[in-house]
Amino acid sequence: MAIKKLLIANRGEIAVRIIRAAQELGIATVQVHSAADADSLAVKMADEAVNIGPPMASKSYLNIANILKAAAETGADAVHPGYGFLAENADFADAVEAAGLIWVGPKGSAIRVMGDKVAARVAAQSAGVPVVPGSDGRIDDPDQARALALKIGFPVMIKAAAGGGGRGIRIAQDIEEFDRLLPQASAEAKAAFGDGGLYMEKVIERARHIEVQILGDGTDVIHCFERECSLQRRRQKVWEEAPSAALPQAMREKLCASAVVLAKAVQYRGAGTLEYLYDDASGAFYFIEMNTRIQVEHPVTEMITGIDLVREMLRIAGGLPLRYSQNDVRLTGHAIEVRICAEDPAQGFKPGPGTISTLKVPGGPGVRFDTMLYQGYTVPPFYDSLLGKLIVWDETRAQAISRMARALGELEVGGLPTTKPLHQALARDAEVQAGQFHTRWLEPWLDQNADRLGEEA
Amino acid sequence: MSKQILSPLPGTFYSKPAPDQPPFKTVGDTVAPGDVIGLIEVMKSFHEIAADQAGTITAFIADDEEPVMAGQALIELA
Repeated sequence: MAIKKLLIANRGEIAVRIIRAAQELGIATVQVHSAADADSLAVKMADEAVNIGPPMASKSYLNIANILKAAAETGADAVHPGYGFLAENADFADAVEAAGLIWVGPKGSAIRVMGDKVAARVAAQSAGVPVVPGSDGRIDDPDQARALALKIGFPVMIKAAAGGGGRGIRIAQDIEEFDRLLPQASAEAKAAFGDGGLYMEKVIERARHIEVQILGDGTDVIHCFERECSLQRRRQKVWEEAPSAALPQAMREKLCASAVVLAKAVQYRGAGTLEYLYDDASGAFYFIEMNTRIQVEHPVTEMITGIDLVREMLRIAGGLPLRYSQNDVRLTGHAIEVRICAEDPAQGFKPGPGTISTLKVPGGPGVRFDTMLYQGYTVPPFYDSLLGKLIVWDETRAQAISRMARALGELEVGGLPTTKPLHQALARDAEVQAGQFHTRWLEPWLDQNADRLGEEA
Repeated sequence: MSKQILSPLPGTFYSKPAPDQPPFKTVGDTVAPGDVIGLIEVMKSFHEIAADQAGTITAFIADDEEPVMAGQALIELA
């Protein structure tokens, strides 16, 4: 049943992106918003808007009852969750379907399996997809832990089985250090979580973050090639590319095929991303997790394949089968996306909400700027700092970097600090130009280049 | 005239270090310069708000989890 009226349960640039896709398909739109977002671009663009609560996300964008009430009151027949907020909340997916609405995403059951790290790891292993070597679940016996550490090789990460959020993680470089850290880790886990059980994993050093975009209709699955997102700060992606400059063609085919096998194994429906670590030196890749939603960096995939991923999500959710076969998906040229955030890279990335005094958007061939900004808009302090994504495409990676530098030069956002100077410095960097980086490359680089990250005169 | 501690930033005010923990300060507590009286969340980053003067708290003007503007009074001191 095709979607007639779509409720967008998100905000910011992704809400604008979803409204655009809906408009092109002739679908009416309902934008739900917090009290702080009444002036947002998405609210202005949508056919209808409903205030679902106070600024705090837990009282508005995460308020399932209010979102479903807004859907009922406006007669919306589908919900697109965007990314973040409730996008990977299986209970929300179930609640939307229980209310008789179309959920633009995978079944709640697929979100549950792939959203659970251990369950996703088991699913990957049973589909024959390599995972990071480690303990398959919790480990309580110190002798068993020691034997496993020697088997998987150092460095080894030890973390609390009951923990989360990086708490209690220790890294042992060799067996002596392991013997010293293991009792500490167990004691700390017991003190913090009341459970001394541990989990172990090999540390893949100098790994690249490479992820595969897939589209499924519940039966068939295709991939739309990979993205590389190795440039990260505090585990947040900063600069993303498609394809990866590091992947030989044979490896690309192998990696992408593994993603299709795994997505098919869970009868995946909609757009999804399988994240991997890729070790340049050995050519090995390891599945780490799946994101069961559209991702921030999806435009680089759209630029190299010509496929509108958000439109396809809406078509699939409306009950249509995939309209591309794998052979229809062609990789052409190179695309780069940079995240323009309201943060000052010269001051430790201090966030700076404020009012947009001037806005000059870059244009010309191969340039796209996905944003929720407009002149006079006041960026609220209550949500993340993403203002927009500058995306470029060109025939080669080197040309794409030149084009990015040119487009960044045209971009002017006045009234608040932005991360534009960071991206300008990255575009000029010899190692970035050579594609020589890994997930721990950017943070030391930021320390060394702190003085070059101010706004240019 | 009563003294006030102002929010240096716009965002969400938290009077507790975490939802399941007691507040940093309550009415009747004395504060010294540098004492943390709350947190402001700005774009998902948390900033400690320290008292810039000494006194005894007579009232919270901003409630826990309430949106605040930069320059808005958070606490009244006597």
